[in-house]
Amino acid sequence: MINTNDILETINMIREENLDIRTITMGISLLDCISEDENRLCQKIYDKITVKAKDLVKTGTEIEKKYGIPIVNKRVSVTPVSLIGGSLSPEGFIHVAKTLDNAAKSLGIDFIGGFGALVHKGATPSDEKLISVIPEALSETEFVCSSINVATTKSGINMDAVAEMGRTVKRTAFLTKDRNSIGCAKFVVFANVPEDNPFMAGAFHGVGEPDAVVSVGVSGPGVVCSAISRLGDCDFTTLAEVIKKTAFKITRVGQLVAFEASKMMGVPFGIVDLSLAPTPAVGDSVAHILEQMGLEVCGAHGTTAALALLNDAVKKGGVMASSNVGGLSGAFIPVSEDAGMISAVGRGALSIEKLEAMTAVCSVGLDMIVIDGDTPEDVISAIIADEISIGVANTKTTAVRLIPAYGKHPGDTVDFGGLLGHAPVIKLNEYSPSRFISRGGRIPAPIHSLKN
Amino acid sequence: MKAVISVTGKDTTGIIAKVSTKCFEYGGNIIDISQSVMKEYFAMMMLVEIDGLNVPFSEFVDSMTRLGEECGLVINTMHEDIFNAMHRI
Repeated sequence: MINTNDILETINMIREENLDIRTITMGISLLDCISEDENRLCQKIYDKITVKAKDLVKTGTEIEKKYGIPIVNKRVSVTPVSLIGGSLSPEGFIHVAKTLDNAAKSLGIDFIGGFGALVHKGATPSDEKLISVIPEALSETEFVCSSINVATTKSGINMDAVAEMGRTVKRTAFLTKDRNSIGCAKFVVFANVPEDNPFMAGAFHGVGEPDAVVSVGVSGPGVVCSAISRLGDCDFTTLAEVIKKTAFKITRVGQLVAFEASKMMGVPFGIVDLSLAPTPAVGDSVAHILEQMGLEVCGAHGTTAALALLNDAVKKGGVMASSNVGGLSGAFIPVSEDAGMISAVGRGALSIEKLEAMTAVCSVGLDMIVIDGDTPEDVISAIIADEISIGVANTKTTAVRLIPAYGKHPGDTVDFGGLLGHAPVIKLNEYSPSRFISRGGRIPAPIHSLKN
Repeated sequence: MKAVISVTGKDTTGIIAKVSTKCFEYGGNIIDISQSVMKEYFAMMMLVEIDGLNVPFSEFVDSMTRLGEECGLVINTMHEDIFNAMHRI
């Protein structure tokens, strides 16, 4: 018989330490839906998504029952819409967004990602049209997520796009002002975006992917936090070892679920994204892991080192547990979605500058950070430029998801509800980057991009 | 294929009888049981062969959970693969 302690450990991880599968995401290629006729394009998109993913929710529920582990989200990602909508007018792109929304609604999934474009070296007319209607598309749909890749280590940073992103974020905030500018929570700007990320808002189905693919994103900050707390005062080598072992166990469950889902739906298995994804629930926080390591509050000096150790150990433990690892894979630090981060910002311990430093050593970037609703567009662009440069210079993925909550100022708190959580408005640097951002053009690729 | 049924709660008479009767009703074959009582708390692990179930596994899971709720116990029924995946290389 299986060891009783092992059984109890697994049950305890799920029941007490919030271990869950954060998402099963089906990637679907829309390249074969291309049509000159807008209505025909939309019909083909709707049909393809609703046929390919028809069993996604049912499969997720069955696996949940079988293994007794919650699967929090079922999602779909599609080919970046700018690649299939070359013949559309800007209004046509909104029509596609609404089609994606309807498909998501009829499938009963939580989100659909891919209303985006890859413009790291420059934008096509199709990309420009799509970008121009992102605020409208996000305010008029419920489930659609959008992402734009503005830079890669190979190509440098498209600063025209970065400048445009400031305007896009600001306008999205304005158009969803009656809902705390929640549209911005569904929009993310990337550097070095992965093509197989199952997490939102940045999921899309890359052009190098097969027709359809199933990927899984795991979670489990609570499990890691409890494991560290049981250790007491050990040295860093022991600490890293325990995180590795815990990450291995978490990821093995992800691999099992991904494999099972792929078999049940007859769709190839893509990757397991071994991320520590927090939720606002107590006991499901990445910040609390860092505090458990010995920091008084997340954001104190030492936070970057603690996060670097955590991120590296999670990857080392997880990589052996899955046959294919991909996506973002690392620790997430979304402020509003993490009880410990929310409290650290509220206490004034965690600043945007520290968060930026932390993103150099963890999985993604400046995520779910609420800023003053009056922040100028060029300041938003400059925050994006800083964060994107970290990604480009370090050959890693970075991303920015900022919410300039309309009518809110430092001292206010904004509540989005559900998994998106709540957060205090963070203070920004008051000086202007206006002249820098208005230059336009491209920041050249760093020298180490020349690897051939 | 096997499932692990874990039962925890306050000790009363007839817990094993109730759980094993339910397994029998659904065609589950009990192949191993370990149980202990610490003070007044009862904890049991049961390994059940589920190939001969006369209902889908998900229905079996729901029914065991309901039985737990009726008797004031916590009953978890999980496919053994999750334990094998997590604890064996």
